[in-house]
Amino acid sequence: MHDRHGIEARGLVRVFKKGPRAVDGIDLDVSPGEIYGFLGPNGAGKSTTVHMLVTLLPPTEGVARVAGFDVVKEGPQVRGAIGAALQEAALDPLLTGREHLRLQTTLHGLPRSVRETRSQELLERVGLADAADRKVRTYSGGMKRRLDLALALVHSPSILFLDEPTTGLDIQSRLALWDEVERLAKQDGVTVFLTTQYLEEADALADRVGIIDHGHIVAEGTPAALKAQVGRPTVEVVPADESERERAAEILGRLGDPCAGSSDAVAVRLRSGEADLAEIVRALDAEGLRVQQLQLHQPTLDDVFLAKTGRSLEGAGDEEQEAEEREPALEPA
Amino acid sequence: MSEVAADQVYTVARRSVVRTIRQPANVVFPLVFPLLLLAVNSGGLNAATKLPGFPADTYIAFALAIPFIQGALFATMNAGTDLARDIQTGFLNRLALTPIRGIALLAGQLGGIAVMGVVQAVVYLVVGLIVGVRLESGPAGALVLLAFAVLISIGFGALGAFAALRTGSGEAVQSLFPVFFVFLFLSSMAMPRNLIEIDWFRAVATANPVSYLIECIRSLIITGWDGQALGLGFGIAIAVTIVAVLLASRAMRTRLARS
Repeated sequence: MHDRHGIEARGLVRVFKKGPRAVDGIDLDVSPGEIYGFLGPNGAGKSTTVHMLVTLLPPTEGVARVAGFDVVKEGPQVRGAIGAALQEAALDPLLTGREHLRLQTTLHGLPRSVRETRSQELLERVGLADAADRKVRTYSGGMKRRLDLALALVHSPSILFLDEPTTGLDIQSRLALWDEVERLAKQDGVTVFLTTQYLEEADALADRVGIIDHGHIVAEGTPAALKAQVGRPTVEVVPADESERERAAEILGRLGDPCAGSSDAVAVRLRSGEADLAEIVRALDAEGLRVQQLQLHQPTLDDVFLAKTGRSLEGAGDEEQEAEEREPALEPA
Repeated sequence: MSEVAADQVYTVARRSVVRTIRQPANVVFPLVFPLLLLAVNSGGLNAATKLPGFPADTYIAFALAIPFIQGALFATMNAGTDLARDIQTGFLNRLALTPIRGIALLAGQLGGIAVMGVVQAVVYLVVGLIVGVRLESGPAGALVLLAFAVLISIGFGALGAFAALRTGSGEAVQSLFPVFFVFLFLSSMAMPRNLIEIDWFRAVATANPVSYLIECIRSLIITGWDGQALGLGFGIAIAVTIVAVLLASRAMRTRLARS
């Protein structure tokens, strides 16, 4: 079921008619069995990259091989090896979950004798066996996403593309989907290429993360390594008495280097990591400085994004989304 | 066609039929509206049968051909709109990621439309027989009429699919509807061409291919076996179908844009 190849791309570019370079020369190396998180704001080029990798959109420049096949020259072989759940679960509201699976198993050429059993197996796997004969228009957002995932798995693909699979889902549905994706990768050895705009999703699921902005990969690595690049944790202290800010700054300055924090707080970046936190508490106590609030901030992927692009990931997509909406989607150059 | 491809076409056609049946408006409207128009026109225009040279004894027998064309138009517009919705929702992308070939996908869509075309044609025919219309060409003529209904359903369906695939917009497909209806009204729909007294209207109706589609059906109902009417009707229907299918399959290839 699983071949030895993952995803490779070199200098992948996609230019839309009268539009920007939506994807501007990206390189990718995703190993078999890896969960690769492709993180970026709306309009950064995530979906365009996925569309090129799944053969729905020819690259303007560059080469990409998926499961060992060239996405331009060997489209049918690529499609045979991959499963994809693209943005917004694309389902027919008038068909039932089981009918969707029947359609998908037939179009993938599964032998008649195994279609029903494969469909039932997948419905059970994603927890939709009881709702299998209901029309999809009665499904919740989470159920639609789970059916979408089941449909992507009918032909046992070795590589799975998930384009923002949890956008718009409540936390419970999101966690259920994370569990399933993790199970696919860890137990079944499926390579997962997952795009997301949620930091916590990339952090929780991905073995490695690529951060994309304006069509470029601006950072890549394991979540821990990326955060380590940004630096050590910071501590923010808000004195109970505002007039003691300077004294607080002096005490904190013994154990850390001053850095930007929220407006009413004194913040330092810890010199020896989070182990310094206890020292700070002891020093504040010894000096008799009363504290209203004390917070330890571990670096997040948002800090990585901020460090690499000068902007915060939260909200960074708004302006790009507006630009994307002005631009017709997937219009070939 | 390989067994897998035949299976794929059947499955896509089945989905097309199932989703049509599950949208009652898409079933009822194409069936009821043409029959209502037939009832109204037959009531109001029955006096036309007294015109010298009018080819039928009752106006309803003369006008029974019209629902076949109208029904095919309604059904195919709905099918085109459904296809546009598949594009808008990304469902077509889902199908494009399976090994199905574009032509098989189109064949499946058109197969579903043809099935609905046959169902509608049977209903119109049965209603006609119930209200006393006698099919001059007999049972064999009924079979030819059904075959013709399938042909025009596929032809119009392919035009609807072409519009959907080119624009990806249900509204654009719906906007074709009035255009088709203008063609219908400027044809020999309501009166035989030789009895149309207004010169420009007669000229337009003579140049309008829809006239020959109607006259083909009409000949089977009120004349019997008219080689010329059948030849012209089938010839035009086949030509329209071939051109429309070629356009639609090209648009499907472009729309799928997969490597």
